[in-house]
Amino acid sequence: MILAYFRSLAARFIHRSQTENDLEEELRSHIQLRADDLERFGLGRAEAERRARIEFGGEARFKEECREAIAGNFLDILIQDVRFSLRMLRKSPGFTAIVVLTIALGVGATTAIFSVVDATLLQPLPYSQPEQLVSIQSDLPAIGAHDIGISQPELQDFQQSGIFEYVSPMWFDENNLTGLSQPTRVRLTIVASNYFALLRAQPQLGRAFDPQYNSPGFIPEIVISDSLWKRLFGGDPNILDTSVRMDTDLYRIVGVMPPGFDAPGRTAEERNIEVWAATSFYGPPLPEHPARNRRNLPTVIARLSPGLTISAAQSRLDALATSLQKQFLGDYPNDWKIRLRPLKETVVGNFRRPLFLLLSAVGLVLLIGCVNVANLLLARASARAREMAIRRALGADQARLTRQLLTESLILSLLGGAAGVAVVFAGKQFLFRLVPETLPRLNEISLSWSVLIFALLVSILSGVIFGLAPALNATQLDLIHALNQEGRGSTGSGERAKTRRALVIAEFALSLVLMIAAGLLLHSFWDLLNVRLGFNPQSVMSVRTRLPYPNDTSIDKYATAAQEAPFIHELLRRCGSLPGVEEVAIGDPASIPLDESQRRLNALEGKFFLTFDGKDPNAPSMVERSRVTPEYFHLVGIPLRRGRLFNEFDNDTARQVAVVNEAFARIYWPNEDAIGKRFKSTRPDSPWITVVGIIANARTQSLADNDAPQLYLNIFQVPAKHLAVFLRGRIDTAIIPDRVRAQVQALDPTLPVFGAQTLTQTVSDSLAQRRFSMEMIASFAATALLLAALGIYGVISYMVSERTQEIGIRLALGAQPRNILGIVLGQGLRLALIGAGVGLICAIGVSQLMTTLLYGVNPTDPLTFGSVALLFITVALLACYLPARRAMRVNPMIALRYE
Amino acid sequence: MDYEAELLPGTLDLLILKAVSLGPLHGYGVLLRIAQISGRALLIQQGALYPALFRLERQGLLKTSWDKSENNRRAKFYELTSKGRKRLREETDGWNRLVAAIASSLAAQPQKT
Repeated sequence: MILAYFRSLAARFIHRSQTENDLEEELRSHIQLRADDLERFGLGRAEAERRARIEFGGEARFKEECREAIAGNFLDILIQDVRFSLRMLRKSPGFTAIVVLTIALGVGATTAIFSVVDATLLQPLPYSQPEQLVSIQSDLPAIGAHDIGISQPELQDFQQSGIFEYVSPMWFDENNLTGLSQPTRVRLTIVASNYFALLRAQPQLGRAFDPQYNSPGFIPEIVISDSLWKRLFGGDPNILDTSVRMDTDLYRIVGVMPPGFDAPGRTAEERNIEVWAATSFYGPPLPEHPARNRRNLPTVIARLSPGLTISAAQSRLDALATSLQKQFLGDYPNDWKIRLRPLKETVVGNFRRPLFLLLSAVGLVLLIGCVNVANLLLARASARAREMAIRRALGADQARLTRQLLTESLILSLLGGAAGVAVVFAGKQFLFRLVPETLPRLNEISLSWSVLIFALLVSILSGVIFGLAPALNATQLDLIHALNQEGRGSTGSGERAKTRRALVIAEFALSLVLMIAAGLLLHSFWDLLNVRLGFNPQSVMSVRTRLPYPNDTSIDKYATAAQEAPFIHELLRRCGSLPGVEEVAIGDPASIPLDESQRRLNALEGKFFLTFDGKDPNAPSMVERSRVTPEYFHLVGIPLRRGRLFNEFDNDTARQVAVVNEAFARIYWPNEDAIGKRFKSTRPDSPWITVVGIIANARTQSLADNDAPQLYLNIFQVPAKHLAVFLRGRIDTAIIPDRVRAQVQALDPTLPVFGAQTLTQTVSDSLAQRRFSMEMIASFAATALLLAALGIYGVISYMVSERTQEIGIRLALGAQPRNILGIVLGQGLRLALIGAGVGLICAIGVSQLMTTLLYGVNPTDPLTFGSVALLFITVALLACYLPARRAMRVNPMIALRYE
Repeated sequence: MDYEAELLPGTLDLLILKAVSLGPLHGYGVLLRIAQISGRALLIQQGALYPALFRLERQGLLKTSWDKSENNRRAKFYELTSKGRKRLREETDGWNRLVAAIASSLAAQPQKT
């Protein structure tokens, strides 16, 4: 049935018998036949034909009525309109090509960005019933501490509260996987045994952990990712029950997750997990009875009990928090709040703003394109004004004309949209490479149905937007003016010219806004690139290794500072003797300046809660801390201001010392000398730490922040298992990592060595996301400028051709060609100035929204505004120059003879 | 003097169908045929004819083909389809019933009580 319908549709579409030509021919033959009869009555041929024609009546009006009659129902009307439009478009291929190209550009770019927005922000997380998944966060709002972590007893409370079906921490970590040919560092998540049941995720091979496990310590089983399985084990189908060692502990591989399974983490590192291990979070290596106030579990996710909404769960959780605080007064000195957030928020929340900024920017480009096309259509409408007026005068229904114009516009926009989507589809691979890796859910980006529907809607919307201009204009036809021959020589209908000018001004304003946004971002980026770092990354390389944390701490070779010290000393000595190396130092990964990846991996790793001697012990502060060897400061190039740096006497038997930067000293001991002041960690039985030196501020945490407080502890006193070896000198970056690996494994063959990177690369990587935003917006701005230039070129061009007669008259009356040039350029300049003025005002407003993205640049930075406006006006003038030159060259004789 | 009756709406279609039923015709021929069979009482406006023809074709009551006319002119000829023939029959019956009903109403005399 449906098939027959479509077949008849197609037949009607191709059915030739009612084309315009047929209509012509039929009417002509009617007149001829009548003339034949009249001829038989004795009239001459010419006279007969004339009489026949008069008898017949108005041919044009007729054709109009016939067209109405032929197209009876809506579909027929539509088909007729479409065929008429296609014919019109085929008649002017250049025009059609420009319009389709403009729309393709706009729709294609918008669709591409939307596909990213859709996959990242709009689609639900790829787990079963994702709206039931939440993350649980602890805050101490009274002292301004957020996301402080959860303790194991608190975890038990949540699990037993009945609010959640399952609760599981996600402790992101790294482990040394040994037992294969080479020790490898793997990215690991330590979870509760119900983690996979929580996500309702099934392995592709084997099984997940038993959700009911409740014994102390780790389950001796691990689940691995598909990529690890392929990379380390060659996709061996007999992988199950293979044993490996993770940080010297024996584990059995019991399951392999499917490809494309991503852990719900905040960063790329947290998502690309290679190994999952499960524990009940008490028992070795953790305490048997963990304390309630030892909040060592940083990220907790949960699945709500069936039927419970987040708000209902939140209120029950608030009640639970209040009752627990009353029950365990000593463990909650400060007001404790538990917050539930939808899991999706946690994963993608940070990207909401920059992505929407991008989407708005590209939407602006599309809008500018539409305005351009509207202008072009208006220009063409002027040329067809005569035809339209006649049809109107002869009784064609206004609605019909408008409908036809809109149909034309829609066909253009749909063609453009289809072309744009096709290009995006074809260039998918190339486009993916442009997206920074920090973006979550990258592998979910695709041209899904929702994206295609979006493209369709956007195309239709564009078609309506730019189709409205000529369609509405057609309703205000000044019939007499249009029909009048003299109408051609003047500037055309005043209404239409004003509309077109308004459109060009709108176009300019929008382009200018985009260009200023791009300019501000560029300025900001440039400033960041050239900022004084406060440290020297030149010729420095960092290579990482990791000491294992065995579950049985009694066999840990590196359990204490004293045990680890010989290893570090020896490693320093050996690496110092490598070719080209001038200086060596060792620190924890937090000491790698501007290294984003490590900082995010384990949220509590680099953070340190401490209380100060002489200050309220119940109001701890949270600071960033690093642990380093004494050579670190000189290697990295941070100068000492007062006091001293670490020396060889600061070891695990001496009192603990610290070096802080000026910002730290100023914040915690304002108006006092920080040297000699003491503080200690909030962990029970921590020793006092004394400040011995103050170093200069450096941008080690963020390029944009020169004033971040930084604390350095001595690695020989406060040991670290994750290590980074820093090497300065004329080193060959290709071979040094292997040399370092050789040295490390000569000391301990079970240690993996990885993550070799020059410090300059690390600094540059920290700008990756900003660079991406900036590049995107800059390319949009360039496109917008091009479109605006085309727009003004079109308008001035058309104006010149409309006023050819007038120009001819002026020239004939003695005006110099350069006067004409001046007039035309003046017209263009006026348009550009008005547009720029409007644009500048809008830009001031828009730039306020961008302040968070700008570093060190005033949102109303006069340098940026001024230079962009200047560039803009110059380009506009250049675009006017060509038609202005054409105006100059008008031959008065020809112009006056025209018509 | 030719009396040009005003056509009731819908009757033009009926006349066209009847005219064409007597043999395939081109547009001009339909005009002539209607004038002829009505004894020159009904002269169709040339402008009204073609929209009606197209309408009837769209409704599937007429089918068309290009052919040579008597004096060798190329013209589009209209012919009844079976659906058209059926419609002609129905409309004619309906019309006759209508006419009979109106006629008897008009012939009614005041009742003598």
